[in-house]
Amino acid sequence: MARYIAVRLALAVGVLWAAYTVSFVILYLVPGDPVAAMASGGQEGTPVSAEELAALRAQYGFDDPLLVQYGARLWSALQGDFGASVQTGQSVTSAIAAALPNTAQLAGSAFALAVVGGIGLALLATFTQVRWLKQLLLGLPPLGVSLPTFWVGLVLVQWFSFQLGWLPALGEHGWRSLVLPAITLAFPIGAILAQVTASCLQEALAEPYIVTARATGITRRAIHLQHALRNAALPVLTIAGMVVGGLLAGSVVVETVFSRAGVGRLTVTSVGFQDLPVVQGIVVFAAAIFVIANLVVDLLLPLADPRVTVGKAST
Amino acid sequence: MTTPRSRAARRLTVLSSATLLLAACSGAGAASTSNNAADPAAQTAQAPDEVTPGGTLRFAVGSDQGCVDPAQVGSNDTIYSVRHLVDSLTDQDPETGEIVPWLAESWEVSDDASTYTFTLREGATFSDGAPVDAEAVKANLDRLTELGARGTLARGYLAGYEGTEAVDERTVTVSFDAPNAQFLQATSTHTLGLLSPESAAQTDDERCASVIGSGPFVLDSYTPNASITLDKRADYDWGSSLWQHEGAAYLDRLEFSVVPESGVRLGAVQSGEVDVIGNIASQDELALSGSDVQLLPRSNPGIPFGLYLNHEVPLLSDPAVRKAISHAINREEITGAVYTSFVLPATSSLSSTTPLYADQSPLLGHDPAVAEQVLQEAGFTQGADGIYERGGERAAFEILWFNNAATNAPTLELIQQQLAAVGIEVTLSEGQVADWGTRIAEGDYQANWGNLTRADADILRTSYSSEGANSYRLPASDLDQVLADQAAAADPAERADLAAQAQEGVVAGYHSVPVVELTTVLAAGPTVYGVAYDASSRVQLFDAWIGQ
Repeated sequence: MARYIAVRLALAVGVLWAAYTVSFVILYLVPGDPVAAMASGGQEGTPVSAEELAALRAQYGFDDPLLVQYGARLWSALQGDFGASVQTGQSVTSAIAAALPNTAQLAGSAFALAVVGGIGLALLATFTQVRWLKQLLLGLPPLGVSLPTFWVGLVLVQWFSFQLGWLPALGEHGWRSLVLPAITLAFPIGAILAQVTASCLQEALAEPYIVTARATGITRRAIHLQHALRNAALPVLTIAGMVVGGLLAGSVVVETVFSRAGVGRLTVTSVGFQDLPVVQGIVVFAAAIFVIANLVVDLLLPLADPRVTVGKAST
Repeated sequence: MTTPRSRAARRLTVLSSATLLLAACSGAGAASTSNNAADPAAQTAQAPDEVTPGGTLRFAVGSDQGCVDPAQVGSNDTIYSVRHLVDSLTDQDPETGEIVPWLAESWEVSDDASTYTFTLREGATFSDGAPVDAEAVKANLDRLTELGARGTLARGYLAGYEGTEAVDERTVTVSFDAPNAQFLQATSTHTLGLLSPESAAQTDDERCASVIGSGPFVLDSYTPNASITLDKRADYDWGSSLWQHEGAAYLDRLEFSVVPESGVRLGAVQSGEVDVIGNIASQDELALSGSDVQLLPRSNPGIPFGLYLNHEVPLLSDPAVRKAISHAINREEITGAVYTSFVLPATSSLSSTTPLYADQSPLLGHDPAVAEQVLQEAGFTQGADGIYERGGERAAFEILWFNNAATNAPTLELIQQQLAAVGIEVTLSEGQVADWGTRIAEGDYQANWGNLTRADADILRTSYSSEGANSYRLPASDLDQVLADQAAAADPAERADLAAQAQEGVVAGYHSVPVVELTTVLAAGPTVYGVAYDASSRVQLFDAWIGQ
């Protein structure tokens, strides 16, 4: 087990380093100039002379050879310092830390909703013997996946905030302002979970051992929950680990629609300003979340199904 | 409840009347072109007699620039809030362009416009208790010249800054090494708003997070990308001479929220979740007409949206070609098709709300026949594909544009069609907003689409003089002298005359092709009163209040 964990950890570190390096290469090689962006003064600046720009580039270290920049920035990053935002001067770590609680609330509640709603829907759809209801329920996940998150969010805001006035449309004011964004973000993720769970359940229910179990006289509900669901848990758990990344990506859209100041909005703003240190900090952060989620799944898998031995487990 | 003292004699562009909105919306053609002239009488007729002080005004803007230091922000969405944190030495009348007292009760300008002596009013303090005195002014101006990358506006205003001398507690002299007539107007802007000496001494980054000024509101909290909240300063009593009442502001609190999605902003003001919203697009205007939400428009002063031509490009260095381009463009068609009904076609190289604006519309007419005739006289002949050519050179150029306004793309597509109709070929090239500064400064474009907000005619000199940054690569000409003279003219009448000559020079030489005036449109709930525009078309909420 110790070796299994060590290998997983080493892999996680490798993924983080790769994320850092690839994002560095992409961000620092694309045309565009964060210093010029900063000096453009928002919408209306006075053009800055080439000498001034050069001085500023030197001040921020953007004029060093790329390898030197890479080495220096990686060394600082290893110590948890991703530099300072070109736009605000705030340290990247504290900018992300300030935005994180909002996104964590949103992503956490959306994930809980998606798991409960998605798996609940799949259980209901596969359990019911009413033919039309089964068809209807099984048709919902593909529909949910195909609806744009942006559109779903706007419809919810229009209806529940502006028409009915039940919930606030903007900002962060306790749980009430979390309801609509969480539902919006849970939508596509819940749909994916529902789809995977339903198909795994259906597959499991067709297995010969279920027929055997039925013959022993166990109730349909017990077979469904104890045997089929247990069997389907493995792929569902793996998928659940992967959609955590989707939560972060979805927060970009959801936080924009619902005017929430989280990591998603920070991403949008920083990309717009070509705030390279912040963008790179977020890329590494997102990679870390993904890596941790998959690490947790890898460690849970042997618990969920004893057939998964530590030596053979893979993501 | 008290009726506050009102400076009845003051005329201020107070744009908060529902009647005004309806008149502008329902008015046909001719009526809608006069929408910038707000009638204060209509306002008083509409608003209740008694002001209701107190309460919170919730204002939704589209973006956040990531900084609350007035000297470091250039984006309107952020200026709306930070403007209320600082006072300026002077203020500028939005109707006449006249510079009037604020923190300075009087001033003297040397004959060559290179030395300015301000006499400060008594009793003003910063919210940390420090007095607004001559030393504070010096501390501010000195640090503004050392401002880092985010302070490009301030650097332009203080070009040639030699130093500031605190003569006595209330007298301060600012010197430049060359005439700088635009400096007086610059002292009225948010950029040169005064901070407490302690605040001014902090680093650029520290000030981005929090500043201390002497304004009618004090920063309560700032959360990047989310909100800026301001609390009223109860002991405030040194407002601009333009404001309608004395003492402290009516509102207790201002809450600016960042709401990036325009549909959500619209719904929020309609449902009353916020009181005022910015960045109204033309489709929003349509959705709001018929509701009780007030639309408050004002054309931005400065350089209108238009085509700015790189004179180093051989084709565009020919005045005949530039003239043909200008005559090919149908400005009325563009404003009618793409913009809200408040947007005016450009009629000069300055927009109509700029002080010292002079109408040049006879030179800026739409006449495709003239356009083609000018090209033919210049030796162009129409090729097989309808595009004019001269000695193998096609009448074709590229317009660089940036997606910083939703109207840019449809406008440019229409311009492309209008130019094609007279045999000029245009390709559109979309750049990154972030690259704007460098590409324009380095002359890395053929023509570009843009605008610049500034309530002073000197913006013509910084834009068109071949002796300055010269982004458009103009050759030296008589125009340089006119532009330099208006900057040095201390006599207002003389300066007005020179500014008119300069506008005519820019337009008659077709050094740029102005197309439409950028218009700021805000929407406010039905019970919001007293929302005013300052001379730079930015919001002033000192006199604003919310009715019952």
